[in-house]
Amino acid sequence: MPSLAYVLRRLAQAVPTVLAIVVLNFLLLQLAPGDAADVLAGEAGSATPEYMAQLRKSFGLDQPMWLQLLLYLKQVVTFDLGFSFRHGMPVSELILSRLGPTLLLMGTVLTLAVFVGVLLGSLAARHLNRWQDNLISTLTVLAYATPVFWAGLMLIVLFSVKLGWFPTSGMQKVAAFHEGFAKVKDIAHHLVLPAVTLTLFYLALYARLMRASVLEQASMDYVVTARAKGLTERQVIRRHVLRNAMLPVVTMAGVQVGAIFGGAVVVETVFAWPGLGLLAYESLFARDLNLLLGIFFVSTCLVVMVNLAVDLCYSMLDPRIELR
Amino acid sequence: MRDAFLRFVRHKPALVGLVLLVMVVIAAAVASLLYPGDPFRIVGKPFQPPLTDFPLGTDMLGRDLAAAVFYGARTTLLIGFAATLIATVVGVTIGGLAGYFGGRADALLMRLTELFQTIPFFLFAILLVAVLGSSIGKIIFAIAVVSWPPMARLVRGEFMAMRNREFVQACVSMGMGHARIIVVHILPNTLSAIVVTGSLMIATAILIESGLSFLGLSDPNVMSWGYIIGSGRSVLRTAWWICAVPGVAILLTVMAINLVGDGLNDALNPRLRQL
Repeated sequence: MPSLAYVLRRLAQAVPTVLAIVVLNFLLLQLAPGDAADVLAGEAGSATPEYMAQLRKSFGLDQPMWLQLLLYLKQVVTFDLGFSFRHGMPVSELILSRLGPTLLLMGTVLTLAVFVGVLLGSLAARHLNRWQDNLISTLTVLAYATPVFWAGLMLIVLFSVKLGWFPTSGMQKVAAFHEGFAKVKDIAHHLVLPAVTLTLFYLALYARLMRASVLEQASMDYVVTARAKGLTERQVIRRHVLRNAMLPVVTMAGVQVGAIFGGAVVVETVFAWPGLGLLAYESLFARDLNLLLGIFFVSTCLVVMVNLAVDLCYSMLDPRIELR
Repeated sequence: MRDAFLRFVRHKPALVGLVLLVMVVIAAAVASLLYPGDPFRIVGKPFQPPLTDFPLGTDMLGRDLAAAVFYGARTTLLIGFAATLIATVVGVTIGGLAGYFGGRADALLMRLTELFQTIPFFLFAILLVAVLGSSIGKIIFAIAVVSWPPMARLVRGEFMAMRNREFVQACVSMGMGHARIIVVHILPNTLSAIVVTGSLMIATAILIESGLSFLGLSDPNVMSWGYIIGSGRSVLRTAWWICAVPGVAILLTVMAINLVGDGLNDALNPRLRQL
């Protein structure tokens, strides 16, 4: 188990990051045309003059800059991210209601990409320079160069429009009102195409990384030892090489949570998957900058938390990390 | 250098990538010769499939898709190279200073780099363009802002490794200034790593640009591949080729750059080849 001191230290390290994001958000607000109240009320002009006056006062727009920043900080820390007039509800509530689908999508993608990537990468390494290796390498080069949104559109053309196997958009059948297991099945059916689309890109990355990692481990002394003491090739690979070779892949997957979130924005837009990414796209269209800033803040906090969790898992696997 | 060239030429995928890349560059260069006039111009009936009157067909407004693809190559290459250049300068500066001076400066600069790596970078790019506006210069700026961290980390590592080598210590004992040691002695030794990482960064920059313009965040006066796909999306069921054609262009360009980057890696860093 990670020691309490380590957990506290890592938590303390996350605080400045979150504060820095708040400051960054504040700076972006300053950069936007109009004053902060204009931005916060949404550029649609649907806010009442009374609300605008109240906003200006609560932000202290007549106060010096540093005081404005402190006031903004205070609001964000209390999770008051403002109000979205487009959606007629507080930004924080809106974001929470869209968090679930995004987490489902990202979790599926991360699991699939790591699992299949590790499988393909080690397969390629074991059949080095044979047709399996060449096939997998070619596919990963292609997948790594494909824009995610385009892959999604082409999968829709093939599997939804031509073959009719999967739905084109959404997370559930609108009029079906499924319950229990039928609902789970329906969501899974809708999840297939978005998940596959986003997985392809990261799968390629992990497969390449795993291939290089397996080849590197295979030349280590401990592998020679394992062979010398008479283990079969299968035992050497499974119990020695693969376990060590997986570490860089897991590290990479942890680092890339933020990047996968960016991919989710595009994929959710293509498939109308009702998560944070689609919300970001909608707020972009509605010029609801405050909502966009709120999504940015929450998603960055999410990444910080996931990184924290990955680090704690790591310290369980390898206690030496705590010393660093 | 000659060895490096030979190693590159012997690397078949890299050659394929180079040929593809040269073709994209030529396409960008001859766009205004082949298709004089505005690529946004309407030239014929809408929704014509490829290989009819127009080699790649027309889009839902009757604009020539082939012209759009040629002009899009310009935009893509311009944004990819410019953004990478800026990101490389920023990344090399930050990483170099952190790696060379170490200590407090290193801790501070690396915290900054980690911060930028934690942020979901695509979302940050969207925010920047949404706030600043979507002219081509601002898009380049936004992409550069989100792309420099990997370069900074790489250069920091290289500089840290060089910092204690004998030739650097010799420079220090000769009384040479920091600036001269960094620019004249350490930087040239890290150049091959910078070139390889930079070339791969171009591919990422192009993917970010196409994603942004797909979401509608492109310069309205400039034709771009992502924009065509984004606007063709609504007619995907009936006219799928409008989305398919520019996508293939992006795929081939990004793949070409990745292959050339890998080839450069093998050619310039032969010690890494044993993997």
